[in-house]
Amino acid sequence: MEKLISDFSVGLFFWQSLVFVALILLLRKFAWKPILNAVNTREESIENALNSAEDAKKEMANLTVSNERLLNEAREERDALMKEAREMKAEIVAKAKEEAAAEGEKMIASAKSAIEMERKAAIVELKNQVASLSIDIAEKVVKGNLASDDKQKALVNELVEEVNLN
Amino acid sequence: MTKKVFKIFVLIVFSLSSLVSVASAEAHGHSDTTEVKKSIREEIKETIAHHLQDSYIFEITHGVSFPLPVILWDGGLHVFSGAAFHHGDHAVESKGNFYKLYHGKIYKTDSEGHINYDAEHHVQNAKPFDFSITKNVFVIILMSAFLFFLFSRMAKRYANNMNPGGAAKFLEPIIIFIRDDIAIPNIGKKHYKKYMSYLLTIFFFIWFLNLAGMTPLGIGVTNNIAVTFALALITFLITQFTANKNYWGHIFWMPGVPKPMRIILAPIELLGVFIKPFALMIRLYANMTAGHIVIMSLIGLIFIFQNYFATGAFFGLTLFLSILELLVAALQAYIFTMLSALYFGAAVEEHH
Repeated sequence: MEKLISDFSVGLFFWQSLVFVALILLLRKFAWKPILNAVNTREESIENALNSAEDAKKEMANLTVSNERLLNEAREERDALMKEAREMKAEIVAKAKEEAAAEGEKMIASAKSAIEMERKAAIVELKNQVASLSIDIAEKVVKGNLASDDKQKALVNELVEEVNLN
Repeated sequence: MTKKVFKIFVLIVFSLSSLVSVASAEAHGHSDTTEVKKSIREEIKETIAHHLQDSYIFEITHGVSFPLPVILWDGGLHVFSGAAFHHGDHAVESKGNFYKLYHGKIYKTDSEGHINYDAEHHVQNAKPFDFSITKNVFVIILMSAFLFFLFSRMAKRYANNMNPGGAAKFLEPIIIFIRDDIAIPNIGKKHYKKYMSYLLTIFFFIWFLNLAGMTPLGIGVTNNIAVTFALALITFLITQFTANKNYWGHIFWMPGVPKPMRIILAPIELLGVFIKPFALMIRLYANMTAGHIVIMSLIGLIFIFQNYFATGAFFGLTLFLSILELLVAALQAYIFTMLSALYFGAAVEEHH
């Protein structure tokens, strides 16, 4: 201990303190601060990069999910549309059929009525013709009657035969 | 693979370095005296002591050295070259005063360079205030310049590029370790930032100086008590000056214990305030000194036994201990930083 104290060099202590304090101050300004700042900045940027990568991953996952959802929605919509279209088609066809049937019936009915009318008209004409023919026959019979009986008879027969032919 | 080989090579060189210095001592021993056996032991002891001692000359290897400036305050400033001492043979004249180097210390003497002793063989001569740039101071300045160069360059790199490159690849994990495993757990997220500069500086300073102490240059600085005292003192001062009310409350008026106990606890706690940095100082000093002494002693044993078996065995042991010392170099830096952080944490702990 005595040797330690007697060997203690004040000069060395003085220089060591001076140089070391100067070294601390110099290194603080020119080395430690820039180095620690750079390291901190880098660590932060790495952390940020990792975080943003994580976020991007999450976003990607979200996107996938939403894509899936959109796709499903689209599919559902398509299905709904197709179903609707099919229904509409069926409806239109059914309606068309119905309408066609109705039209057909109507046409048949009008045709029937036209035929009926034609028949009636034909009957009337026939009646008229029969009447005029009867009158003609009667007229000729009357005229022949005026000549002789035989002739009258022959005329009547002839006329009757004419009528039959008609 | 080549890196591994290189590492092993460096280790061997480090352990050999001490070998070389002891070997040179041994050579001296042979040439100087006739009592060979005794002189080897004496020389080894001296070499170890010399290795641990500060010097006014920077000796790169035996015989290759350059002098460092001696700066004395003795009623005026005296500046001269460390080479002027001639290893203590001459008294140096400066502005009318005479100084002599005796057992590694500078004493004021007369023109003849007489050293006066008292009855217990203690030197009576006056000692001037010695602010010389000694070997240790020189190494501290050199290492500080190196650290500044290394880390300011590293910081500049970050300005252009976010990724660590070059030395930063190795140093950045250590910086982050100090932040995340030393500062934040001990001090807390709220206050740790203001201590980071100190913790980082002290860690790298101690670690690099410890490693430098293992080089062939023999420049162990951290095994000097003045250096560890300065470091511990700074930790102590920072702790006291950043401490909050809660910290002082725990020292002088411990909450949660009966009043008479508080009176007893106060002096104990106050003593603890000083013991903590004192332990820091002694721990680092003793660990590094012990490591150097053990390794050098083991190498010294090779020259005492002087046979091939002992040479091989002690060489292996030295190599092993050198590897251990590499670990200790980092460990002591870690412990010093860790405990400093712990004390800072106690100083800024919030009331809870």
